[in-house]
Amino acid sequence: MHSRPKFLLFVLLLLITGFGLTLYKHFALGFPLWPGERTQVWTIEAKIEFMAQDEPALVSFSLPNNPPGLVILGEDFASPNYGFTEIKQHDQRRAQWSSRRANDKQTVYYRLDVYEKAGENEGLTSQQPTSIQSPELDEPFRTAANTLVDDLKQRSSDTRTFTLELLHTLNEEKPSQNVRLLLGDRPGENFKATLAIDLLSLADIPARKVRGLFLESGRRRQALKSFIEIHDGKQWRLFNQSTAEEGVPEHFILWQRGGLSLLDIEGGRNSNVYFSIIENSHSARNIAVRYGKDEQATLVDFSIYSLPIEEQNAFKSILLIPIGAIIVVLMRILVGIRTSGTFMPILIALAFIKTSLLTGLLIFIFVVSAGLLIRSYLSHLNLLLVARISAVIIVVIALMAGMSIVSQKLGFSQALTVTFFPMIILAWTIERMSILWEEDGPKEVLIQGGGSLFVATLAYLCMTNRVVEYLTFNFPELLLVNLAFILLLGQYTGYRLSELRRFQPIAETNNPAKPIINSDQETADDNVLRKP
Amino acid sequence: MFFASPKQLRAHGIMGMNRRNVNYVAAHNPRHLYPLVDNKLKTKLLAEQAGIAVPKLLGTLCYQHDVRGLHSQLLPHEKFVIKPSKGSGGKGILVIAEREHEIYFKPSEEAISHEMLEHHVTNILSGLYSLSGTPDVAMIEAMIEAHNIFDAYSFEGVPDIRVIIFKGYPVMAMLRLATHASDGKANLHQGAVGVGIDLATGKALHAVQHDRPIYQHPDTQREFSELEIPDWDKLLPLAAACYEVTGLGYLGVDIVIDKNRGPLILELNARPGLAIQMANGTGITPRLQKIEALSHQQRTPEERARISKELFGRAP
Repeated sequence: MHSRPKFLLFVLLLLITGFGLTLYKHFALGFPLWPGERTQVWTIEAKIEFMAQDEPALVSFSLPNNPPGLVILGEDFASPNYGFTEIKQHDQRRAQWSSRRANDKQTVYYRLDVYEKAGENEGLTSQQPTSIQSPELDEPFRTAANTLVDDLKQRSSDTRTFTLELLHTLNEEKPSQNVRLLLGDRPGENFKATLAIDLLSLADIPARKVRGLFLESGRRRQALKSFIEIHDGKQWRLFNQSTAEEGVPEHFILWQRGGLSLLDIEGGRNSNVYFSIIENSHSARNIAVRYGKDEQATLVDFSIYSLPIEEQNAFKSILLIPIGAIIVVLMRILVGIRTSGTFMPILIALAFIKTSLLTGLLIFIFVVSAGLLIRSYLSHLNLLLVARISAVIIVVIALMAGMSIVSQKLGFSQALTVTFFPMIILAWTIERMSILWEEDGPKEVLIQGGGSLFVATLAYLCMTNRVVEYLTFNFPELLLVNLAFILLLGQYTGYRLSELRRFQPIAETNNPAKPIINSDQETADDNVLRKP
Repeated sequence: MFFASPKQLRAHGIMGMNRRNVNYVAAHNPRHLYPLVDNKLKTKLLAEQAGIAVPKLLGTLCYQHDVRGLHSQLLPHEKFVIKPSKGSGGKGILVIAEREHEIYFKPSEEAISHEMLEHHVTNILSGLYSLSGTPDVAMIEAMIEAHNIFDAYSFEGVPDIRVIIFKGYPVMAMLRLATHASDGKANLHQGAVGVGIDLATGKALHAVQHDRPIYQHPDTQREFSELEIPDWDKLLPLAAACYEVTGLGYLGVDIVIDKNRGPLILELNARPGLAIQMANGTGITPRLQKIEALSHQQRTPEERARISKELFGRAP
């Protein structure tokens, strides 16, 4: 057949598209492949306190801007009695709270939710360094600084090694005399960073201060840590000034770059900023959906997620139907189970999802058996087909109502779920089975009814599987994979499991060419068949 | 062993349902030709035009109001069959072998009132027995009188012969005999006996009931080895001619042998079942492959029947 390669190519294309989109969503958009995967989300709260002086107050606070390795999930600027604006200039982002009149102790909050994502916002600071301003130093500090810089230059090969040497020197346990002079007594973090930047400027290396926060759960009243960033002629490099480690550390949010102030307050004094950090876990999928929407990733933007929640829920069950379909296809083509109505098992399975399996099975068997009894009476009346099925529908509804009421009175609330069974389908099932009973006998009814319930149960188990449910809804492109498999199964020409049983007597004979009875003796007489 | 291995079945040339559907039914039977065989009235008219012998059509009932005329239509007939035009698997076929005024009798001597008969026709018209539940037409046919030769082999009902015609060539045949267990029906899965027939001679080869070999008719205790289909040389070309009538490449032809008229085409089936392999005790695939290997020369039904006899008949 000439169309065979074309068909296989088509199937392959479906498989590649389906799996490809799935993998893209997993790796590029961060959709987890398994349900229940959690992402650590850090909630950082900055609490700004100051004493207002009964005059207009203006709080200007530096905010993180595209922190490397982190994705901002959401921000909250809520502070009562304050107006809020966000200002963006150059590389900086600042929040501004303002109040016409403030008095006494004031508190303003800024809350930020971030999660870690490798490679995010990396290398975003391509900004070129501004010209270097030589620090103004008085003697004897100037000499000490110059000596130190010259000494370090001797020991280093480029700007990077110079910086490393410098930081090592500043952090030595027993610093040299020059360093001791420059550092003074018990130097603060901030002072050390400023000094390092001054010394780097002396060596003609563009440098700036960077402030950030280590993300550790349950920390309160934290202050920003100072880091140093130098420009090596091509890019900015970040150094931890106390350990001399290079690069953005793990669990670290880079809050602010450059020398601008962290906090400016007009109309207030005794200001303070404290940071507290809480770690909590969120569903990785929800975060991926939000991220995808923010990024306007087409796959997420033009997907089921863009529908209202109600429709999304509807699709949740609609997308499960193909799973039921492939179960039916497998059972019929590979196993050869006879069912009453091709896709009725799927509809029963959908009802089982609402009722739970055991209740569903009992209700189904009860309604169909009772329906069959009543239908056997209806068959004595001379009714047209449509009228008879309509009558059966009414009988089914009456049965459902009766069941609900009786169960309510008896206190079995499970039987109330009978209403989730599609009535028309039940009525048709009863009609078909009744005809089957009349024509092929009760055995066939049991075989087909049992087959239907078996397939429905199997479909139910697959459709309620958490992984299946998760994958079908979050990766609808897997439908294409399902389609590809169904197409392949549609061309399957091998035996069904039931046929291996059915034709087994033929296979028992040793010689395929001869009929069973005459295999022992070939004669030309008329007695072709003989007793064994 | 409970299950046979696929390898064993392949060695015996057994065709499975999936292979039949994909490689034979779908490949050789164009969908648009299905109505010709699914609608027995159409089949019958086509066959009559082509000069193929069929049971006589006594009348048709198309609409519900025709049912009122049923009585007068049936008046001249003592024996008849009422069947749905689009029925499948023998469903909805009612055989009346005797009547006394308003009381009709089935071959089993069960009595049926005229109202019950009308009810049955109403059911047929509303599509109860039709393949897709669509409204149907009821046909009234002359009852077939089974050839005497079958008296000893049949419990009620008329035995029919199923011949598989592939590209116009008969490839396999079986006789279906109703039994007490099958309630007078000729469906193998209900317990009827299937007897494989030698294409060359029309003699019985092998018999099964419930897919297991048997040697005597379960009700009459007659040995199948003595069974030989009469008019076999007329029957095979008749079956082969159905290929021209329908254009279907893979066809099941059901034939009955009337005492007076000889072989008659009862109905055609575009999806013939696989039980014929059980009845013959051998697979059908090698035979189909032999036909596919033949030259595509135009041949008459008689020539094709002769070739099949040579190819598939048991060596004398």
